[in-house]
Amino acid sequence: MRTKHYLGVVALLAGVMGLGAVLADTPVSEQAQMVIPNPGEQVIKVSSHKFEFVPAAITLKKGVPVVFELTSTDVIMGFNVPDFKNRATIIPGVVTRIRIVPDKVGTFTFFCDIFCGAGHEEMSGLITVEA
Amino acid sequence: MDHKVDRRGFLKLAGMGAGVVFASRLALNSGSALAAGYGSGSGADADDFFFVQMSDTHWGFSGDKVNPDAKGTLQKAVAAVNALEHAPDFIFFTGDLTHTTDDPKERRRRLAEFKDIVSKLNVKNVRFTPGEHDASLDFGAAYQEFFGDTHYTFEHKGIQFIVLDNVSDPTASLGTNQLAWLKKVLDGFSKDQNIVVFTHRPLFDLYPQWDWATRDGQAAIDLLMPYNNVTVFYGHIHQQNYHMTGHIAHHSAQSLMFPLPPPGSQPKRMPVPWNPETPYKGIGFRETQAEVKEHGFNITEYPVVKA
Ligand SMILES: [Cu+2]
Ligand SMILES: [Fe+2]
Repeated sequence: MRTKHYLGVVALLAGVMGLGAVLADTPVSEQAQMVIPNPGEQVIKVSSHKFEFVPAAITLKKGVPVVFELTSTDVIMGFNVPDFKNRATIIPGVVTRIRIVPDKVGTFTFFCDIFCGAGHEEMSGLITVEA
Repeated sequence: MDHKVDRRGFLKLAGMGAGVVFASRLALNSGSALAAGYGSGSGADADDFFFVQMSDTHWGFSGDKVNPDAKGTLQKAVAAVNALEHAPDFIFFTGDLTHTTDDPKERRRRLAEFKDIVSKLNVKNVRFTPGEHDASLDFGAAYQEFFGDTHYTFEHKGIQFIVLDNVSDPTASLGTNQLAWLKKVLDGFSKDQNIVVFTHRPLFDLYPQWDWATRDGQAAIDLLMPYNNVTVFYGHIHQQNYHMTGHIAHHSAQSLMFPLPPPGSQPKRMPVPWNPETPYKGIGFRETQAEVKEHGFNITEYPVVKA
């Protein structure tokens, strides 16, 4: 039910925003609507707007999975963490969840990968994974 | 990359202080693809020709710390290309013609100004493809008003040129429709057809952490892979880069507005600041000589302003 509802919203917004073709190309699994945090699992809320993520600096513990709850308050955004091979499309008004298992220590970039305006290229943040 | 020397006219061409790159068909086929050096070759063929690649002109950019001559660099590039000793057969702009703006009117103003400035190029065979700065905020609508199709093919002296658009889709994708189109185009070619691809973003994962990739670029590479003579010229990363995916060579061009640092060389992808000691450093364009008989390319890099 819930899932269907989300997809309906996605389709509606996508149509309204002219992104139909774009999202049609994105497998639903990649849109990460289905991730549900396990009991006790750490959830990190990241909201986005032109042209920043809040928070933009996130610290994780190596080996401890975490679910990101991603939202946008204005336009469609991307959330891409290449070092952990995961990304999501964030539709305004929809909570998008992805799970990341930080399997290595270091500092890793995440960034918006859907061109969202004049400040798009500066829209990024850092995930620090501690031992 | 191994180094080869090719004397045919390139020392003169390189007189502006640029490097020369030489590629022969042999090298392309053997997988080493590109040899860099001050070059020259054996006898010129009637069908050999030059083309110029210009990229990332970012017309409308402002930022004195990055390029205090932002309003004059493109005109200098036009003058430098017009001054080339060998007039190129054609000129290709690999995107980011304009710097992005959220204002659709301003976007059109920048595209119009850009078009007006490059109309001063002596060579009239000039072709374009957009970058995300031109096209990603309106699915290429404004760009198409000025420059027409964003993906297309053309033939020149036996070489088939394929122009791919990986920016009109704001997710930096080619999309299934364009990939199907590419497959259809390629189906019409023999496996030995000499093919050149122009596109804005790298088709391979150059450095995804800085968004230097195309989301479905690998699908295009997979389609191109059965063809024996494929070379890709692109922009986006504002510096020269040479990379092989199998036997396919990928060459990125410098920007004509500001250089970007080498991939991963610093935490953030920020323009390289202007250095008054070395003005216009890292800003330039390239001339490529296609040797039709040998199916090879001699690439010469030019600074926008002579050192
Ligand atoms: Cu670009
Ligand atoms: Fe660019």
